[in-house]
Amino acid sequence: MEKQAQSDSAIRSQIRLPFSEAVRISFQSLKIRFWRSIITTLGILFGIAFLVAVISGNTIEAAVQADETQTVDSVAQDAEPTIPPHQIWLVIMSLIVCVVGISNAMLMSVTERFREIGTMKCLGALDRFVVLLFLLESSLQGLAGAIAGSIVGTLFALLVNLRAAGWSLWRVFYQFPWFTDVNGAPLGVAPVILIGCLVGMALAVIGAAGPAFRAAKMPPVEAMRVEV
Amino acid sequence: MAANDIVVSAIGVHKEYRMGAEVVHALDGIDLDIYRGEYLSLMGPSGSGKSTLFNMVGALDQPTKGDVFIEGENMAQLTMEQLAWIRCNRMGYIFQSFNLLIVMTALENVTLPMIFAGLSPKQREERGKELLSIVGLGDRWSHRPTELSGGQQQRVAIARALANEPDIVLADEPTANLDTKTGREIINLLKELNESQNVTVVSATHDLKMLDVSDRVVYIRDGKVEQIRDRDEIDIHVGSLAGEHE
Repeated sequence: MEKQAQSDSAIRSQIRLPFSEAVRISFQSLKIRFWRSIITTLGILFGIAFLVAVISGNTIEAAVQADETQTVDSVAQDAEPTIPPHQIWLVIMSLIVCVVGISNAMLMSVTERFREIGTMKCLGALDRFVVLLFLLESSLQGLAGAIAGSIVGTLFALLVNLRAAGWSLWRVFYQFPWFTDVNGAPLGVAPVILIGCLVGMALAVIGAAGPAFRAAKMPPVEAMRVEV
Repeated sequence: MAANDIVVSAIGVHKEYRMGAEVVHALDGIDLDIYRGEYLSLMGPSGSGKSTLFNMVGALDQPTKGDVFIEGENMAQLTMEQLAWIRCNRMGYIFQSFNLLIVMTALENVTLPMIFAGLSPKQREERGKELLSIVGLGDRWSHRPTELSGGQQQRVAIARALANEPDIVLADEPTANLDTKTGREIINLLKELNESQNVTVVSATHDLKMLDVSDRVVYIRDGKVEQIRDRDEIDIHVGSLAGEHE
């Protein structure tokens, strides 16, 4: 019994996958399947761009309106940056579609790599290494898509408001809603970009979690026997 | 070779699979000892249960009934982590379809088990390159599997199997996807390594070329050990068997 406990602790200290190595392997997997990765990333990009465009759009619009009411008539009127309910629904729907898309992409990616997973497990990989690799892959995609999506969404929001508000928007720039909206809520452009990035990564990880856990649990032989 | 030094021991191993409503007896009471340093071939037609036995011996699958001991450890009593450790450090696997990771170079494929075993990057590179030159691919370490021929891929797989200085190398039909000449080269390489690195080689095969180099051949039929032959006995039979086969 003692011997078993000893060898168990020895095993714990010896089987490992350093995080840096895991990141390197995930990055390599993404690079080799570049176009597939790009398509998944695009899915996240559009979802997040829409989310960011809606929230930032409202924030900017409210800031423009607040600025206009201040200059046109001095009666200070609260310009509430409320997001119309139908837009909230649209955002939620688009994010759901986004998760489904990522799940599908990850499911494909996991299925075609059963053999690879089986091989890794034969070489001594633990279940959690496999999960880690797949979640890292998807969160890297999520992060890339979310950063690009946030930028695209913000630019879109700016352009739409520039067109609607005309050139009066430039006057807003010296009090541009970087961090808070007109009500002081933390819905300025910068926090919204941050939110977008976090949501994007979260969506990617949620979408990948199911397939990744399923793949990791497979016994090595079964994983290799699967014909795709 | 100490004749009584047993690396793997299978005692009364049964394995049943459920295929729909039907129960398939893949292994039907197998007793087998594998000695340190020997080159053992498991022979048998497809469906005989030799792959199932191979998986049992290689800590890849658990018997329904009976016990498998590897280095004296009962496989049924080990945790997932301990099994993974054994696969990583005690075993090396070679497969019919090479099973290299296509996203990685030859060197990265060989060094992957070393990452799991906790070697430093410098140690990994040194040992990985050394192993690749042992299998005759010293100059091709940066190539990806898609840039290598079948024989070369199998050589990389052999180097990978030796990564953590295993006690046993298990080869499942290592020559089935190769032409005769390349298959012969791979078999000779395995035999060389068996002798020079003193590693036990267990090979599931129906390639008769394997008979020449095997110390013992275990014939499996219908989930049972039909007969076990030593090499000196085999030599007499090769001719007739080969003729029968081709």
